[in-house]
Amino acid sequence: MVGGPIAGVDPVAILAGRMGDTALVLGHRISEWCGLAPALEEDIALANTALDLIGQAKLWLDLAGAREGLGRDADGLAYLRDAWDFRNLLLVERPNGDFGDTILRQALFDGWHVQLLAGLRDSRDEQVAAIAAKASKEAAYHWQRSRETVIALGDGTEESHARMQAALVRAWPFVGEMFESDETDAALSSAGIAPAPATLSTSVMGAFEEMLAEATLRAPEVSRWQTGGRSGRMHTEHLGHMLSTMQWLQRAYPGCDW
Amino acid sequence: MQVTAQQIRTWLADVPDPEIPVISLVELGVIRDVRQVDAQWEVDVSPTYSGCPATSVIAQTIREALAEHGVSVAVNQTLSPPWTTDWISQSGREKLEAYGIAPPRAAGGPERCPRCHSADLERLSQFGSTPCKAQWRCRTCLEPFEYFKCL
Repeated sequence: MVGGPIAGVDPVAILAGRMGDTALVLGHRISEWCGLAPALEEDIALANTALDLIGQAKLWLDLAGAREGLGRDADGLAYLRDAWDFRNLLLVERPNGDFGDTILRQALFDGWHVQLLAGLRDSRDEQVAAIAAKASKEAAYHWQRSRETVIALGDGTEESHARMQAALVRAWPFVGEMFESDETDAALSSAGIAPAPATLSTSVMGAFEEMLAEATLRAPEVSRWQTGGRSGRMHTEHLGHMLSTMQWLQRAYPGCDW
Repeated sequence: MQVTAQQIRTWLADVPDPEIPVISLVELGVIRDVRQVDAQWEVDVSPTYSGCPATSVIAQTIREALAEHGVSVAVNQTLSPPWTTDWISQSGREKLEAYGIAPPRAAGGPERCPRCHSADLERLSQFGSTPCKAQWRCRTCLEPFEYFKCL
């Protein structure tokens, strides 16, 4: 079972499950913009980013399924689990909000994602390293765009600035979960399979500070981070609603094909 | 006839990419290895973008094309090293440009307009009709064109 350190479970299954769930949930969220984005270029960009993330999710979840050894593949993990079995960051399951909320969430995810993937490229696990090397080239392109767009809108008109600042206040409390570690993370780090999440904090927060300064945005003070998605302790109410849309077909017609 | 790996590569050189049919799978650089294991032929294919819908179509196309020559083949996906646009062959790059798609360049943008060859260009959109392309426009002939992103 993917999630939570369990005796006898390969920690790579948990790592791959967390990576896959986060990519899948964000990929689905931004695909909700398809046909609705404020400009054609943004519509194409969001749909293509969604495609990359869902492709990465398939690679990670197939690996998670192979390592947990219960005979589940990426489709089984994506479509036939309930919300409490997902191990994604809470940040990515939140609703899209306006375009400012979406692109700010994207930049916070991308800025963390590129640095984490850079660490995973050096993983002692060959399959983890291969997926990370593949994904990191796509992630670098996503980060370039989301970062530039946050800066353009933050340092834009009065209206765009106000919306981006409001989006930042809403999203920022979810950033801390990126750097949270548990026993699985400690085991992965000491085995040289994945960097300890906390070690990414300085470089990722530095990249965020640089972006926000250029965007003339100010991160709010946070006394307590919102966490619980990647540990499986708790999700927001929004994930279940999203999954009911995403999983409906496979649940209604198990094993359907066309 | 005795089938060889070279013969299979020659056949694959005639199989078009499903999304950009002017170039072949061999020119695209996705065919990484052809080998025989016991009596079974195997082809290693490197996906271009992780989520590219053409990936599964490519595997199917390879199986069908070789079946026409009487060869049954297993198609494996290989991730490492990751596919790069550096693997697109010179002939592939020339065919892309002749088709109206500016070939990838390490500098991160097209070298010239595929129609009038002007270097006075502007980017319209970082993404395009497929994961591998971006939208650019020529400021000289004013025509928009696709650019094969450097990966």
